[in-house]
Amino acid sequence: MATKASRSAARTMMTPAVILLLGWMLVPLIMTLWFSFTKYLPLRGDSIQRGLEWVGFANYSRFLSSSAFWPSVQTTLIMVGGVLLITVVLGVLLAMLLDQPMWGQGVVRILIIAPFFVMPTVSALVWKNMMMDPVNGIFAHLWRFFGAEPVAWLQDASLSSVVTIVSWQWLPFATLILLTAIQSLDSEQLEAAEMDGALVIKRFWFIVLPHLARAITIVILIQTIFLLSIFAEIFVTTGGAFGTRTLTYLIFQRVIDSQNIGLGSAGGVYAIILANIVAIFLMRIVGKNLDA
Amino acid sequence: MGQIELKQVTKSFGTTQVIPPLDLIIQDGEFTVFVGPSGCGKSTLLRLIAGLEDITTGHIEIDGKGATDVVPAKRGLAMVFQSYALYPHMSVRKNIAFPLRMAKLDKAEITKRVEGAASVLNLTDYLDRRPGQLSGGQRQRVAIGRAIVREPAAFLFDEPLSNLDAALRVGMRLEISELHKRLETTMVYVTHDQVEAMTMADKIVVLNAGVIEQEGTPLELYRSPRNTFVAGFIGSPKMNLITGPEAEKQNAHTIGVRPEHIDVVESGGQWQGTVGVAEHLGSDTFFHIHNTGLAEMLTVRAIGDVSLRHGDAIHLNPRAAEIHRFDAQGLRIS
Amino acid sequence: MARNVTTQRKIITTAAAWTIGLIIFFPIYWTILTSFKTEAQAINDPPLFFAFNWTLENYAIVQERSDYMKFLWNSVVIAGGSTILGTLIAIPAAWSMAFVPSVRTKDILLWMLSTKMLPAVGVLYPISLVFVQFNLLDTRGGLMVVLMLINLPIIVWMLYSYFKEIPGEILEAARMDGATLKEEILYVLTPMAIPGIASTLLLNFILAWNEAFWTLNLTATNAAPLTAFIASYSSPEGLFFAKLSAASTMAIAPILILGWLSQKQLVRGLTFGAVK
Repeated sequence: MATKASRSAARTMMTPAVILLLGWMLVPLIMTLWFSFTKYLPLRGDSIQRGLEWVGFANYSRFLSSSAFWPSVQTTLIMVGGVLLITVVLGVLLAMLLDQPMWGQGVVRILIIAPFFVMPTVSALVWKNMMMDPVNGIFAHLWRFFGAEPVAWLQDASLSSVVTIVSWQWLPFATLILLTAIQSLDSEQLEAAEMDGALVIKRFWFIVLPHLARAITIVILIQTIFLLSIFAEIFVTTGGAFGTRTLTYLIFQRVIDSQNIGLGSAGGVYAIILANIVAIFLMRIVGKNLDA
Repeated sequence: MGQIELKQVTKSFGTTQVIPPLDLIIQDGEFTVFVGPSGCGKSTLLRLIAGLEDITTGHIEIDGKGATDVVPAKRGLAMVFQSYALYPHMSVRKNIAFPLRMAKLDKAEITKRVEGAASVLNLTDYLDRRPGQLSGGQRQRVAIGRAIVREPAAFLFDEPLSNLDAALRVGMRLEISELHKRLETTMVYVTHDQVEAMTMADKIVVLNAGVIEQEGTPLELYRSPRNTFVAGFIGSPKMNLITGPEAEKQNAHTIGVRPEHIDVVESGGQWQGTVGVAEHLGSDTFFHIHNTGLAEMLTVRAIGDVSLRHGDAIHLNPRAAEIHRFDAQGLRIS
Repeated sequence: MARNVTTQRKIITTAAAWTIGLIIFFPIYWTILTSFKTEAQAINDPPLFFAFNWTLENYAIVQERSDYMKFLWNSVVIAGGSTILGTLIAIPAAWSMAFVPSVRTKDILLWMLSTKMLPAVGVLYPISLVFVQFNLLDTRGGLMVVLMLINLPIIVWMLYSYFKEIPGEILEAARMDGATLKEEILYVLTPMAIPGIASTLLLNFILAWNEAFWTLNLTATNAAPLTAFIASYSSPEGLFFAKLSAASTMAIAPILILGWLSQKQLVRGLTFGAVK
């Protein structure tokens, strides 16, 4: 259904979206690149109007050599990877459980989907205070009930605590997508496998899991996009302390807290590079998987 | 009025040319059927006429006016799609009224025309239903209704009956033919079913790989197919095509003889073989015959019930006057 | 599944699912419950689950301290505005990609999605400079545009996947029936895609509602939405559990209720149409 007229109409109709996104991408990107090569400390009187001092790659080497850089990359990867692992594995198990016949499935679904609607600032606050507070949190009560010493979660197990909070927020998303996918699995296929004598584990491994591949890809793609830029959860809970400083948060601190725009921008460029590596990797998989 | 003329029309998708230069005139009021195997370019040709695809080179004229660069909406043609393409969110009434609404006709006129079309197509009782609540045949009628209210210069049908079951198909075939007789509007009809082509067409255009193999009335095509492709495509069951010594005896590369032009005889026939499958329909009997030494299988139609069974020997006499002869290129030798 | 399930198995499944469901829901339940306690009851040891004096005083205090309605209204305007704006821009784009696909269509789609991978923090300062330049800082309009841009790729992607399920023949029929492109989109495509558009609107409304980077960094008082409202409780005063709970409940209640009501459409939307 493509004629010259419809093709040119299509181009016209795509233009606003493309131009907006192109602008949204390029304008800040170019500014960030520019800043990253300059000394830009607004608190010391640097400004664009007065001209910024060109410093070459100084910011880049300083950011890279800062003792905080590599740990922050590591933290980012652990956080994203940890949340992905937890949500996908638990999501698959939960989806399979929910696919079974039971009473009140609708209500259970409502209970499970709820965390997705909670804004990150709220969930971080609630977990920090109501659940993980070392004195009055539910965990503290629980630990004391069993005679154990309450743990100061966000100090002593900070990274895994943040991962827990974020996983709690994203588990509903993973579960629901995977549940939708499982429900589309032809039950005759499973019955045929059962007739062929495949055991439960084999049926899961050779039929259910391959069927879920596409859904899992989607979960990983979408979640990675959001997880790479996790901010509120760290901002509210630890403020980047106790080994929870991700690359995102490190840059945030450089730009906002210490008002070192040049250095922060260099960090931003690194973050963009990291995101692009992840993106290319993901797009490859997704592009292939979305063809169908 | 509705004369459609294609002049040196070609269509390429990327670098593959699906329609080599093609000329065709569809006369005003004519019922023209494009027929051919799937992938022969017949639907593409229809979509080129409709304007849903651009032609790569050449010209299209409708009623003598250039239509090559005219958008589909302005060509004055109506189309009935294979899937009917009804608007699922509109009632039957609104579906039929849609083209009139787009043409900005006034309300009273729209109502009049919609109700007129509905009564012609027996849809009056269904006007307020949604397409989803209708049967396949009714949906087909709505699609036709939507086409006729516009009073177009020509109707284009893209395999309109292929989603119906066999019984309905025969009924709708008659309805469309009657519609054509009554409206006397040009109709271009695409099908892969040669029975539809034979029964409905004023003119059949046989297409193969984008090329017009032959055009003519159904009986012209039946009586004197221009080549072996048309010979094999038109007529049911298919014409038997025989090569080798038997053909050479007749000074031809290939000879063709239709199943209905071979007589079954008690003994001493020109050809012999053994019956493979015998299909007893009562009115006719179709034999699929092996071991004739002529072709892998011969199909023969005998009138009435002939009581030969699987494995029986059979004797055959082709009618000499009904044998078609073709040369090495597959072209007819007259 | 076409098989008989023993009641015993069903009981076990039900029990397991409900247990997990309740555990996952517990933090929210606990927050809502605590919001009705006094501060003393809120930190009582052992925790009070049922037997306490229900009170609304926390809500009154929170409302007194910060004008909830103003934040709520900002959230509604910003999330709603950005979603509607994005959808208006995305519908034509999605039409193009779904019905006039070219060799580049998939690349464009993936590129659009990749703009979402641009780390917000990397471009925060440039954007704030632009905001200062155009006097957009702490305005609802500015934030609306930013959130629209953030969610635009997702809106386009979702609409694209919904539109692709609509048979092209129906749009061609409209074209044959004399509809212009505008009429085709307005009278045929959009009404047919209503369920898809609705779940797109919903999901993006929720995403915009919960967005907490730009809303925190680009607003101060005038345009601050509920994310900022709740962030103001993250300071040490947050230790007042009952008030914190009341504020949290107020911040999440609207979207929680909306989400629950529209659960069915959402689940479909959540999968970006990519999982059937």
